[in-house]
Amino acid sequence: MSIQNREAFLDKLASRLGRERRTAGVERPQWSVTPQDEVFKGMSQDELVEVLEKHCKVIHTDFKRTDRDGLAKVLNETLEAYEGKLIITSKDARYQEYGVNEFFEEQKDQLDVHVWEAALGKENQKIAERADVGIVFSDITLAESGTVTSFNTKDNGRSISLLPRTFIAIIPKSTLVPRMTQAARHIHQAQANGEDVPSYVSFITGPSNSADIEMNLIVGVHGPVKATYIVVD
Amino acid sequence: MSIKIGEVPYKERIQKGIKDDFMRQAVSSAQGRFRTGRITQAEELGNWEDWRDLGEEIRTHTLENLDYYLQQLSEQVSRRGGHVFFAETAEEANQYVKDIILKKQAKKVVKAKSMVTEEIGLNKALEEVGAEVVESDLGEWILQLDEDPPSHIVTPALHKNKQQIRETFAKKKGYTGSDTPEELAAFAREQLRQDFLAADVGVTGCNFAIAESGSITLVTNEGNAEMVTALPDTVITVMGMERIVPTWEEMEVLVSLLTRAAVGQKLTSYITALTGARLDEEVDGPEEFHLVVVDNGRSKILGTEFQSALHCIRCAACINACPVYRHIGGHAYNSIYPGPIGAVITPLLEGYEDHKELPYASTLCAACTEACPVKIPLHEHLIRHRQIIVEKNMAPTAEKLMMKGFAAWGSNPSIYNMSAKMAKPALGPWTKDGMIENGPGPLKAWTDVRDFYAPQGQSFRSWFKQRQKDGGSK
Repeated sequence: MSIQNREAFLDKLASRLGRERRTAGVERPQWSVTPQDEVFKGMSQDELVEVLEKHCKVIHTDFKRTDRDGLAKVLNETLEAYEGKLIITSKDARYQEYGVNEFFEEQKDQLDVHVWEAALGKENQKIAERADVGIVFSDITLAESGTVTSFNTKDNGRSISLLPRTFIAIIPKSTLVPRMTQAARHIHQAQANGEDVPSYVSFITGPSNSADIEMNLIVGVHGPVKATYIVVD
Repeated sequence: MSIKIGEVPYKERIQKGIKDDFMRQAVSSAQGRFRTGRITQAEELGNWEDWRDLGEEIRTHTLENLDYYLQQLSEQVSRRGGHVFFAETAEEANQYVKDIILKKQAKKVVKAKSMVTEEIGLNKALEEVGAEVVESDLGEWILQLDEDPPSHIVTPALHKNKQQIRETFAKKKGYTGSDTPEELAAFAREQLRQDFLAADVGVTGCNFAIAESGSITLVTNEGNAEMVTALPDTVITVMGMERIVPTWEEMEVLVSLLTRAAVGQKLTSYITALTGARLDEEVDGPEEFHLVVVDNGRSKILGTEFQSALHCIRCAACINACPVYRHIGGHAYNSIYPGPIGAVITPLLEGYEDHKELPYASTLCAACTEACPVKIPLHEHLIRHRQIIVEKNMAPTAEKLMMKGFAAWGSNPSIYNMSAKMAKPALGPWTKDGMIENGPGPLKAWTDVRDFYAPQGQSFRSWFKQRQKDGGSK
């Protein structure tokens, strides 16, 4: 695709910096300190779950923990609390693997479940806009900040965790890492190995909020107004 | 709009700010909360100084190699299906965006909060070609409806109270509800949701562009930047040319510094990285993506003693720490960039002529420098600005007289001694209980806002001499 006015623009910057243009050979230096690597260093997955649980209170997010056998029950309770009838989910093999598809099948009289389907195009967005609940599986979970990382693809549209009124993230315990450092490093290394980063990467931390009116915290602005994380052992 | 907000003289702006009791109370409470948040986060990390050092190193390296990283960024964006336009001036940037709007025959443009588009006056340019522009950040939307400029770079409508907001919604949008913040926000959600769904084009700013992958990182709490980038088929990102990092690893560090320093959060609700155009079969995200890289005076700062001012990550920690901002509020700076960082960069971007007072809107207490997460020596830049202003003979008369006068006065011991003794009887008529509450002449500006200790009739030197005579007991 087009790149316009670049050469004159960058030549000027080089000249302001008092040197020739640099077009190759620039390496990041060894930083003198790396405090980001010290946070929760060496913690076990269970310890990270505890960190996450504690932080969920700060980010106004309901925290639940279960195992694969208990997931259907916890999911059911959460959907009931959210009065969720129309549900939109990503298309992800893990719904099958974790028995969620089976649960949806059992509940098909009560629940209207739409699985994101690329072939339907913009129709997916319209369903997401009407949906009560959006559900995604976390790809990488950041314990420190209580953040769900979602690699948005043709099977996992951004709208799923954005347009519905409420949001549920299913978090396999194995996806937990100490903080954003590990997620960023993973993406950086993939990029360095010639693997392109997805066109849309979302780091989602609880429901949307704002303090723009007299500094009062309002939970629920443009994105979901409520959020639940379900950690699965 | 441009960087400069209006034509009201500096002193009148200050008076207006000082007399606005609601604004002063709001600013003072916001500053308190933001600062506590930042300090709590810093304490929790325990090694905040290491984080600041790292932030400074990253920014220094990136700016030193800005041409290299911008080239890499543009190649990656282009490879991922996006267009890149380098704009030297605000006009060039606006023209490029206008051309896209015309080509797309776009009727509605939704925007996520962006300081650089305020700076270049993009909204006005888009309205010129007939597009309806909707600001989607709650604070920005309120200001847009009320045609009012921002007063803080993180919470732009800080100077408005909820009754004013309710009236604005009622007048402009037919709102009939109460003035509770939740109800006001719910109304904004419902109204803006329709705008998001109907928009032809989305416009965003950029917190950090990532050179290695051509990604644009956006940091929000409301989820509006996500709507703006996920729903419209055309997305245009406008970035100040310095808002770039080498790789995802540096992005992560700077985002961590930004959200902690700005609002005391570990991360905001949404951090989004958008890379080029959407891929085949993807539904969300733009099918056409444009990146506009804006200079607009920034390159004049590069290679100068002020280069570190370009390290700014727009967190507003300096604003939240500033005792002068606390009293005069954002509008008094007459710049969309208020507070200490605004007082440093506004004269650099737009020249001293219109903004020569700003470096004096500071007590030089260095609270700003101490708060800055990337260690910009803000108060030192302000001192340097003052030196340049005096050298250019543009300083306020009082400052020039003071500099000249003090030199003559202070270097002649007998005149100094006499005037120190005379000051007490001379100011007698204005003195009450040892304080001056409504001083004459040059003292007026000070005593309008606070009292001034009346001269004691004894100089420090004579007091010290006396004290030594008395054996140091008093």
